[in-house]
Amino acid sequence: MAALLLRHARRIILTVLLGGLLGATLVRLGPGFSVDERELDSRLSAESQQVIRNERARDNNIALFYWRYLKGAVHGDFGFSRSLNRPVSELLRERLPLTVSSLVYGVLGAVSSGLFLALLTVWWRAPGVDFVPALLSGVCLAAPAAVIALVFLWSGPWIGGATRWAIALVVFPHIYRYANNQLVATSQAPHVVAAQARGLSSWRVLWAHVFTPATPQLAALAGIGVSLAFGASIPIEVICDTPGVGQLAWRAAQDRDLPLLVTITVLVALMTLVVNSLADIALALCAPAQEAAWRPATQ
Amino acid sequence: MNKRGVMNLFGTMALKQQIALAVLAAAVAASLGAGWITHHSYAEQSREFIGAPPSAQFWLGTDELGRDRFARLLYGTRVSLLLAPAAALLSTLIAGLIGGAAGYLGGRWERVVTGSVDLFLSLPWLFLLLAVRALLPLNTSPVTSVAITFLLLGCLGWAGPARIIRAGARTLVNSDYLVLASACGIPRWRLFWRHLLPNLRPILLAQFWISVPLFILSEANLGLLGLGVAEPLPSWGALLRELENYSAVLQNPWILAPAVLLVIVVGCLQLVLRTEESAPC
Repeated sequence: MAALLLRHARRIILTVLLGGLLGATLVRLGPGFSVDERELDSRLSAESQQVIRNERARDNNIALFYWRYLKGAVHGDFGFSRSLNRPVSELLRERLPLTVSSLVYGVLGAVSSGLFLALLTVWWRAPGVDFVPALLSGVCLAAPAAVIALVFLWSGPWIGGATRWAIALVVFPHIYRYANNQLVATSQAPHVVAAQARGLSSWRVLWAHVFTPATPQLAALAGIGVSLAFGASIPIEVICDTPGVGQLAWRAAQDRDLPLLVTITVLVALMTLVVNSLADIALALCAPAQEAAWRPATQ
Repeated sequence: MNKRGVMNLFGTMALKQQIALAVLAAAVAASLGAGWITHHSYAEQSREFIGAPPSAQFWLGTDELGRDRFARLLYGTRVSLLLAPAAALLSTLIAGLIGGAAGYLGGRWERVVTGSVDLFLSLPWLFLLLAVRALLPLNTSPVTSVAITFLLLGCLGWAGPARIIRAGARTLVNSDYLVLASACGIPRWRLFWRHLLPNLRPILLAQFWISVPLFILSEANLGLLGLGVAEPLPSWGALLRELENYSAVLQNPWILAPAVLLVIVVGCLQLVLRTEESAPC
């Protein structure tokens, strides 16, 4: 267990460090990095302008720049957004809770509806039962997240806001398809056939012999859902005009505010990694023997 | 796959997959033959028909600049349907080289590649696309914006396929024919080019097909966010921007045509993909 925790911690730290380096390099090489609009201020004296230039010159060395960037990040200073003229940490403090809340509700909605429909189609084996969920998941999988958001925006006010519903619908097909495949495969296993042959009720077979053994794998789907939901949050928040991190990333991209955009990307990657690692650890705790069998299927 | 193989594959498809393939073929043919189907250009403006409803002259009406929506849809379909596979080809080639070499060489090289793949995959796809897109010029000519958008997709989309190709190459490295070829003294680079990569073809093909709908959807999302193909050149993403005008959609439901076509084409691609993945190569 300790080795597993260490492995995940090492992976997270390494990824964040490398992601940070990549991000800092992008910021450093990005257009307009060595330019400061204060230099255009005619009220500043030549000495003041020289001081500004010297400040910028300090960051010419990428290694030094990264070191300062990292040191600041450890202390919660993620730099300054040039487009919004505010510290990045302040912007994130304002917007992150809204995005996290949309993501939590969206992913929970997707996981519960996906699992419910997958269970229903496995339990109720009449022909055509899976038609509606399969069609819904197919359409959602084929539609861009932005179009799904537009549909929710048009179709009137939704409880909790269109953002959560749109995120749920973007994540839903992935959960439903994986859960359905997993449950169908488990329902054809020899022990399930034997249980059916012994006359156990179909509900009991489904619950005790199909769903329960597949629970750890299905629970781990939440990790995948979070990653998908974060990606979808940009177009959805932009379309629904939700003041979250996704909308902030879009504004940063339009204004070419790379310090802000890179910090958001690295933070989102960190959160995704933590959630995925937690899902992996939970999976290993619940079903150590099944972990090895499950892992290749997700890669 | 020869002609007979293609016919056999078509014959083994379920009816819905045959229909999906026919729809895809029709979409590709219509987009390639846009010049014959409509005599309007995608950029031609008819000032006297601004915001016109569908008519015999303009099958899907005109937009707020008086451009024929149907012509723009056909040309936009051409851009998306031709360039998404091109980007998928590029990303599959990069993934094949990196993943194949990692699986073949093993050791330190494989660890570096695996680490890079993990890093890339931990960054959410759209966030990564936005970050790199913002680094590149935003106010460019339409042709440059098309090149930037699809090259970006091709260059950043290698990580997922590389992981699978690496695993495939790792399996092949221990196969008898490669061990025998190696024992015969064939140089390593030749083993890689002539014996390993051709045998990875089924995996490469599957990864290519998986990437195509992903790139079409990514371009649509980027375009809707205003970071994709620049005006006046149409693409599905650029055409979807019209949907942002809520009241216009209610009054002119035909504006939805690009969204409907996009969903149908990507849905058909995913249906056909299932057959392609299981097809014997």
